Amino acid sequence: MTRKPASLFAAELVRPAIADAFRKLHPRVMAKNPVMFVTLVGAVLTTAGIFTAGADWAFVLQLALWLWFTVLFANFAEAMAEGRGKAQANALRSARSETFARRLRDDGSEERVAATGLTKGDRVVVEAGQTIPADGDVIEGIASVDESAITGESAPVIRESGGDRCAVSGGTRVLSDRIVVQITMERGQGFLDRMIAMVEGARRQKTPNEVALTVLLAALTLIFLLVCVTLRPFGTFAGAEFSTPVLIALLVCLIPTTIGALLSAIGISGIDRLIQRNVMATSGRAVEAAGDVDVLLLDKTGTITLGNRMATAFVPAPGVSEEQLADTAQLASLADQTPEGRSIVVLAKQRFRLRGRDVAEPHATFVPFSAQSRMSGVDFGAPAAPVRCIRKGAAEAIAGFVAALGGRPDPQVLAAADSVSRSGGTPLVVADGGRMLGVVHLKDVVKGGIQQRFAHLRAVGIRTVMITGDNPLTAAAIAAEAGVDSFLAQATPEMKLQRIRDEQAQGRLVAMTGDGTNDAPALAQADVGVAMNTGTQAAREAGNMVDLDSNPTKLLDIVEIGKQLIMTRGSLTTFSMANDVAKYFAILPAMFAGVHATGAGPGPLAGLDVMDLHSPQSAILSAVVFNALIIIALIPLALRGVAYRPASAAVVLRRNLLLYGVGGVVAPFVGIKILDVLLTVLHLV
Amino acid sequence: MAAILLILLIVGGTAALSWPLGRYMRWAMDPLTLTGPAGRCDRWFRAVGGRLTHREQDWKQYCLSLLTFNVVTFTVSFAFLALQPWLPLNPDGRQEIEGSLIFNTVASFTTNTNLQHYSGEVSMSHLSQLCALMWQQFVSAATGIAALAAMARGLAGRATMGNFFVDLQRATFLVLLPLALVVAFLLVLGGVPMTLEGAARALTLEGAEQLIARGPVAAFVAIKQLGTNGGGFFGPNSTHPFENPGFFTNVVSTMAIIVIPMAAVWMFGRIVGRMRHATVLFAVMMALLLAKLGVALVWEAAPTQAFANLPIAQDVGNLEGKELRFGAAAGPVWAVMTTCTSNGSVNCMHDSLNPLTGLVPMVGMWLNATFGGVGVGLINMFIYIVLAVFVAGMMVGRTPEYLGRRVEVREVKLAVLAMFTHALLILGGTALFAASPWGAGTLNNTGAHGFSEILYEFSSAAANNGSGFEGLGDNTVPWNVATGLVMLLARFIPILLPLAIAGFLARKRATAPSVGTLGIDTVTFGVMLIATILFLGALTFFPAAALGPIAEHLQFMK
Repeated sequence: MTRKPASLFAAELVRPAIADAFRKLHPRVMAKNPVMFVTLVGAVLTTAGIFTAGADWAFVLQLALWLWFTVLFANFAEAMAEGRGKAQANALRSARSETFARRLRDDGSEERVAATGLTKGDRVVVEAGQTIPADGDVIEGIASVDESAITGESAPVIRESGGDRCAVSGGTRVLSDRIVVQITMERGQGFLDRMIAMVEGARRQKTPNEVALTVLLAALTLIFLLVCVTLRPFGTFAGAEFSTPVLIALLVCLIPTTIGALLSAIGISGIDRLIQRNVMATSGRAVEAAGDVDVLLLDKTGTITLGNRMATAFVPAPGVSEEQLADTAQLASLADQTPEGRSIVVLAKQRFRLRGRDVAEPHATFVPFSAQSRMSGVDFGAPAAPVRCIRKGAAEAIAGFVAALGGRPDPQVLAAADSVSRSGGTPLVVADGGRMLGVVHLKDVVKGGIQQRFAHLRAVGIRTVMITGDNPLTAAAIAAEAGVDSFLAQATPEMKLQRIRDEQAQGRLVAMTGDGTNDAPALAQADVGVAMNTGTQAAREAGNMVDLDSNPTKLLDIVEIGKQLIMTRGSLTTFSMANDVAKYFAILPAMFAGVHATGAGPGPLAGLDVMDLHSPQSAILSAVVFNALIIIALIPLALRGVAYRPASAAVVLRRNLLLYGVGGVVAPFVGIKILDVLLTVLHLV
Repeated sequence: MAAILLILLIVGGTAALSWPLGRYMRWAMDPLTLTGPAGRCDRWFRAVGGRLTHREQDWKQYCLSLLTFNVVTFTVSFAFLALQPWLPLNPDGRQEIEGSLIFNTVASFTTNTNLQHYSGEVSMSHLSQLCALMWQQFVSAATGIAALAAMARGLAGRATMGNFFVDLQRATFLVLLPLALVVAFLLVLGGVPMTLEGAARALTLEGAEQLIARGPVAAFVAIKQLGTNGGGFFGPNSTHPFENPGFFTNVVSTMAIIVIPMAAVWMFGRIVGRMRHATVLFAVMMALLLAKLGVALVWEAAPTQAFANLPIAQDVGNLEGKELRFGAAAGPVWAVMTTCTSNGSVNCMHDSLNPLTGLVPMVGMWLNATFGGVGVGLINMFIYIVLAVFVAGMMVGRTPEYLGRRVEVREVKLAVLAMFTHALLILGGTALFAASPWGAGTLNNTGAHGFSEILYEFSSAAANNGSGFEGLGDNTVPWNVATGLVMLLARFIPILLPLAIAGFLARKRATAPSVGTLGIDTVTFGVMLIATILFLGALTFFPAAALGPIAEHLQFMK
């Protein structure tokens, strides 16, 4: 499931955001963002300028107001993005209410301590109805646990000692049974705490790419500051005096306020989009790295294929009808509780409407699968001397069984079994007594639509590697069907780790998913390691993201979100810079109208007014208003991210250049002209 | 029509020549093996250079060597000019030179600028011309080529950037000297004098005696053009009939201006092993060059403002300030070439160009990366590349990378610092001089044109170009000191910062390319690069341009 995002401008998000926008005016907060800090200083200076403006005071007042709006809009964008996270944090925090823990002493007796008093290594008892006090591993017992506080999923999950399902999180509730948990995390650093910190952005640090972009924006601000400051002496030379408010208006229009205002909102909302998909990243850096991934290592089972092999076809022996084979196979599987066995029953039912028969037939004895016999089936008649033995199992095992009963292995059936193997499937040979009836074709079923997603990934230059314990033959067949780029068959955790190192040595960034403790080294080595929430504590610690739904396919979403995040930054930077052209053509003719003017008319540079704006004052004001309003207009884009469609870098660049580059040049010409008309009609200038 | 043919001949011919020259320069500057003639030369250079050349250098050591060498050449040239009256080879008895002029001139020649606040035939002895100035024209150009080779090695991911003193010798003896010999020979064929004798005395038809200055002009002009130096033997530079007697020498000179900057792109491509990328860079530069040529030719085909309302035939374009032996078109073509490449030699009076034609050379100096100065043009382009890659890389949804290496905070910081320096030196300098008597008091024109003169002078100094708009009494202490400082800062900061970036990039792990990585050898990237250059340039300099040439043009149009 996914957390439902609140609608973009829901009232309960907007109201606190407005208050926050004012709170963020504090210079210490503003100083973190050089572009908006300069705008703030400009707003203050312009406000002061109202009193020295003389007859122009109404114009300067409006300039000052719109400059303040520009700053407030930027703060509002950030507050909106944070607000969405805060709402989620509050929901999480309610799960972290004060609890008591039953700590086990060394002698086995219990003591009652506050959950806050627990330290790493403590063992606590949790029984049905109680809340697990802190993150840890189950070391004794098995229990069903309600993890809805974290995952939002109401179905309880099983947690048991040993194996890969031993990790429990503080704040979740035990529904049945009794477990002993060894605490692995101090309180305050637990999973829930980190989740809250993450969504709240409390410990949000700028990511490397964000810092680099901030440097670029600061430098552009500095260059435009230079441009505007030097205009004053240039004007003196030309015999014109440019007023400070107008120079500030020009400066604020030129510096990249659009991207500067939305930069942190973009970063926060990227993490927010992950959370909506129920993925927790430990840092914004990890989200960014996800966009850079070149190789995905995907476990076959659960990611590429549905969990289990399924029967997909019956291949009868010569002289045997398919229905007869199906009927016998179903009989052999009726009491078989393995997923393979059940899939045979289902297939027989689907193909020939064969109903499951009464399995409690008095004369039937079920022979379960064992590793020695490598077959399972059913015997009819007295257990000591059965009259009819049906078996299904590996080809060699059944061949032996048939021979033992005096029959002759059918070479055509064995050949059919062979060809099933070669196609990547698993053959189950079915025998009724000494006679081979045919082969059931068991197959890994590739998840629907996965092939398309791999094709999308290939289009954006990401290679997929399937990791499987299968033999190379089977692996190759599934790999071909799923459309992965390569595979690692008969994989061990060591091979997985080695593969990651090899890919990295060739200059590629690797992402993988994992859940078991033996995945931990590989998760730690991968550039993006997504641990499953059902996984072990070790795996969850090693990765830099946790998928609360434990759905390995999510890795594909994560990569897209990472790419979209960086793409949004780049596109808005381009848009912001492209806007400057129109603003020059609005403000400069207005500013320079008096330069070299002879007589009553405007000077020669008024000729640059290609938009034919009403007056110098309306031109300048329109540009400033446009500059402020565009921030509000782009908040949804910043929060949602730019449209992401999988395509090669060349195509994406072309599309974004056209949309945000060319669009960024054209849009303000239209917008400023419209605003100019409006301002004139309303007699604001 | 003739103008278009001229452009085709010069640009097309030079582009064709640049290909084999680029191949040769790679062979000379970055020999792959130590066997064969290049290897033999290398051993010889290392023997000459002694201990200095024994160690391969990282970017810091390379930069330190480069700076140290330039301090030494600065000092030597300063000494030659300061001691001129007491040194030999002074047949015409040239006198002492004023201190600030010496500083300006030496800074100018050390930095490959060749801004000349003096007239060579009046102030300089033959020894000064050869040992203080012409020598610098070789080594300052070689410094640029060496720096480019080092940067390319860094970007290619080599462990070291080479050795500056070896590179310097390679560039001087294997690239510049042979080419200069060829060009000087062609110039002599075209009638340019080459002698160490003093001025010729001639009896004019009126019976008066005239002193005609001469000297080792062909040698001087050859390296002046090839090394994008631009400093003339004579004050009027290549308008002077002894520097540029006719059509043939004009074509040879124009081609010599741009051939090494063009070849440097191919050399870069070969060293980093990305010829398709180099082709995109070449195409971007070529597109900008042709655009500037087109604009200049169109505007210069219009008559001069002075003739606007006079009843005379106006079909030959603007001939004011042109040499009649070259016509109206050769002037703007040269003006564009010389400012695109930071050369700075002139064959017409830029002050007399029509206002918007006059804007084109300024644009060339503001962008300063349309082929650009030898070596340094591509180094300047690298700054634009870093910024374009950064923004475009984000737009495709990845951490930006160039040649497989990630462009991160430090690289962006250094790149924008270089951008800011360029803008600061031009706009800051112009503002200071426009608002003070230092500049305003030295003008021969008022209004927009006067402003253009100040703006041009600082642009020329900051782009290490050296051409003058003229019309400016620039041999004053404030002008000499200010432009001298600007030239020094504008030379070394934009060389050191890119070398540092290349050094940092070289240390990073290279990432493997995929279809998801930003392709730097595509047309789209070329468009992105042009857009970056034009946007950064236009946004920074448009207000200044509006108050200068554009205001003058609009005044005229009214």
